[in-house]
Order: sequence, then C-alpha cells, then structure tokens
Amino acid sequence: MDSRPAAGIASRAPARLPTTSSITLNVNGVPSKLDIAPWTTLLDALREYLGLTGTKKGCDHGQCGACTVLVGGKRILSCLTLAVMQDDANVTTIEGLAEAGVLHPLQQAFIDHDAFQCGYCTPGQICSAVGLMREGRAKTPDEIRELMSGNICRCGAYPNILAAIQQAMATEGRATP
Amino acid sequence: MNSFSYTRATNIATAVHELAEDREAALIAGGTNLIDLMKENVARPDRLVDITRLPLNRIEDLEDGGLRLGALVTNADTAYNEAVEIRYPLLSRAILAGASAQLRNMATNGGNLMQRTRCVYFYDTATPCNKREPGTGCSAIDGFNRMHAILGTSDQCIAVHPSDMCVALRALDAVVRVTGEDGDRTIPFAEFHRLPGDTPHIDTNLGAGEIITSIDLPPKGFPDHYAYLKVRDRTSYAFALVSVAAALEMDGATVTDARLALGGIAHKPWRDPNAEAMLNGIEATKDHFEAVGEAVVRDAKGFGHNTFKIQLAKRAIVRALQHAARMGQR
Repeated sequence: MDSRPAAGIASRAPARLPTTSSITLNVNGVPSKLDIAPWTTLLDALREYLGLTGTKKGCDHGQCGACTVLVGGKRILSCLTLAVMQDDANVTTIEGLAEAGVLHPLQQAFIDHDAFQCGYCTPGQICSAVGLMREGRAKTPDEIRELMSGNICRCGAYPNILAAIQQAMATEGRATP
Repeated sequence: MNSFSYTRATNIATAVHELAEDREAALIAGGTNLIDLMKENVARPDRLVDITRLPLNRIEDLEDGGLRLGALVTNADTAYNEAVEIRYPLLSRAILAGASAQLRNMATNGGNLMQRTRCVYFYDTATPCNKREPGTGCSAIDGFNRMHAILGTSDQCIAVHPSDMCVALRALDAVVRVTGEDGDRTIPFAEFHRLPGDTPHIDTNLGAGEIITSIDLPPKGFPDHYAYLKVRDRTSYAFALVSVAAALEMDGATVTDARLALGGIAHKPWRDPNAEAMLNGIEATKDHFEAVGEAVVRDAKGFGHNTFKIQLAKRAIVRALQHAARMGQR
C-alpha cells in the first residue's frame, strides 16, 4: 500500500475532466453540429446550446411532459434522453411546427379554445398532441385524455386542451378524406 | 449527475465485452429510469454503453408458435404490435396501463424488466436504504409505506417492483433470453426477478456481464379470457397500488386453465401456484374467486399505511377474474 493520506479516497480514480463528443442534431430540418459532454440531455442541448427555449424544463424527471418533443416523428421526453444518444436524429420542437408563418392546426386550435393559462406546459402539450394524432390511436374524448395523461397542466386547462385537440383532429379528418 | 464516459456499442459482443471489463459500467437503451436515477445520484455508473443501435429491435414468430419480443423494441411498439394485440392482448393491456405515451415510446422491453423500484426512500439519498446502500437499514418499514409490499418482504426491504408489463409476462410464463461472455442462456420469468431477502440491492438474476436479447412468449396467449386490472391513486399515469393479470381458459362456465399474477404488492411480479391451482376445474363464480383471493393473501403482512392493500388485493383478484370469465359470453 502506498502512504497517501486520504485513505479510502486513494482507491478512487481522480475525477476526469469532461470529454465532449461531436454530434449532429437535425432540429426542425436544420442540421447543427455540437460538441457536448455525454451527460447533456437533449432538453439541455436544445435550450442551452441551440437557443431553442420553446421546449420547457418542468420537473426534469419525466413526470410532467413539459419537455415533450418529436424524435423521428414520435413524441418523447427530451429530459430523459442524452443528446449523444440522438446523434443524427430528426428532432421537431414547438418552434418547428408552424410552416411559412402559418400556425400548425394544433397551435391555432389551442388559441381558439384558450387551452392554456400560464402557458408553460403548452409547447409540451402541443408536441404531445402532434404525436398523438400521428399515432392515430385516440378517437374518443376518453382515449384522448388517457393518451395525453403524460402532460400535466397545473392551471387545469384540461377541458380546453381536449377541445383544442378534438378541433384539430376534426380539421385533419376533413383535410385528408 | 456524476461524470461518466459514453460509448456506443456497434455489436452485441462489444457491448458484452465492455460490460465485463468495467464493473462500474451500465447499459443504456430507453434511459427513462436510468437517467432519472443518475440525476438523483442513486445510480453512478462511470461509463454508459449505449446499446440502442444493436439489432435487437424486432418482433418475430417462433417455430413453436410463440413470439419473440426483441429487447430493444419499445414498449409502445410492442403493445401496438398486431401479433401481440391479437395473440397476447393481456400483455398489450398491461403495457398500456403503465407510464405515459411518451415514456412508452422511449422505454424498451429489456429496460422494463431492469427498471428499479420507485420506493421514495430508494430515491432519497439522505435516508437509509438497504437497496441503495446495503447495511444502512430500511426507512420504509417504519416510514411512509403506502406504496410498499405486503407479500414476500424481508426485514431488509419492502420495496415493490413497479412494472405492469412484467406482471403480464409473469402470467404468460415468458422466458428471458440473455447473452454474456460465457454464452447464451434462458431464464424463466419466474426466476428473473428476486425477492429481497438479505440482498435487496440485487433485483434480478441477470449476471453482471449479461445483456437481455429478447423476451420469448410461449404459444399460449389466453386471447379469449383475460383482464389486466390496475388500481391506482389516479386513473392514468400512476404506479399501481395493486394490479392483477388474470388469464383463463373456459369450457362453458368451467375454468380449465388459469393464470393469476399480481403487481404492486411484492418485490417481483407475484404468482401463487397453490392459489392458482384452485381455479382449475371450478365454476366461475364469485364465491370461488373469493376463496382464491383469500388464498393469495393468506400470508400477507401490512406495515401500516399499506395494510389496506391486503383487502384491496383480494377484491381486485375477484374483479379481474370475473371480468376475464365474462369475456366473450355475449
């Protein structure tokens, strides 16, 4: 045994400096190269490195849904995945939903139905609802409620959120007969 | 979160090798539980081996008529898979009773088996916990234990396994296929998870350097008479207080084969062979089902806040069996 004074600590390797990885994230159709530490979540990469602060950090533990984004067209929680794991992924955030200055039907429906109060959960709600509509599993109000249960709204705007989603579904139903 | 390094495995052998070389390394796939545990400093791997790009992402038929669920298929893709929906609807229902749509889109089948308990003391590094720090004691036994186990507990740990999917897999007699440096082997689902005993820090019988490659379902899927009943504090997006997977084969009003597994009440998905055997050959009546419920909780022990689960489990068993028996009768 050596005679280093810090017994017990001596056996542990010294803390390493962060080693960054070079990754590409395709966010809202725009590829961005990032050099980031492995512990950077996708949420932090979007907000802190790409300046896309539309995606919100609520609980940061996967319990509130505020950080919901679409990866490869599917809704996921950006707080519970590492940016390095999403290298080359196609990510859609709330900033990428409107096209040529025209709001996405769900964005418009949320305004029409006053589907928020403070608005903090809204980007996550809308991205989640985009995923819900793509999945095509929810038809009835109860099914929409069940499949939107991962998005918490502490202002309690749920009835209006439900109405907004139903409106967007009805509009889409007419657009694609 | 602690500092760690990250590597992406390009084939299964590399992943196995990396795990074997570094006992402080952890695999990551969906990440929905592990990243949370790392943020809380409960899990402190020094290296993450990302296995998400390994070719374990298919659901395929087995020659014996069963179905192979790749370890990396997401919970959502499994629940909505046509073969699963038609041949193993109990499994589909159980998966969809858990978590949220976003989490099911991320979480993988292998990860569902490997998730840790949600015991609040396990998550709270300021409190003693034998599962997190062996030998420090259990804060739940005399603490807030509303969510905790009533069966199979030890004086070391009363945590519960949080999965819904695993309750159905236990009922269906699934088999877990794993691979490691010593080769491939299979683990019957009943033996995959462990009771706490004196080693509550060890959740499963998966070897230190082993990787789950698939979960294999036997041919028998009980598609005609099944129920997954989950009782919880809110209607959606909450862990079970008690859950029941019931699967029956019926000849008229007579039960000819039965499976009964419970979640939310033990350190592993719970099945009682003696109670289950009572179902064979009986008429599907409430009285008979109540006797089965009594038998399941015969040795149950409450810890104060969770003592209500004993009565709740009995009633949930009866209701799930009644629901399963009634299916397809009209």
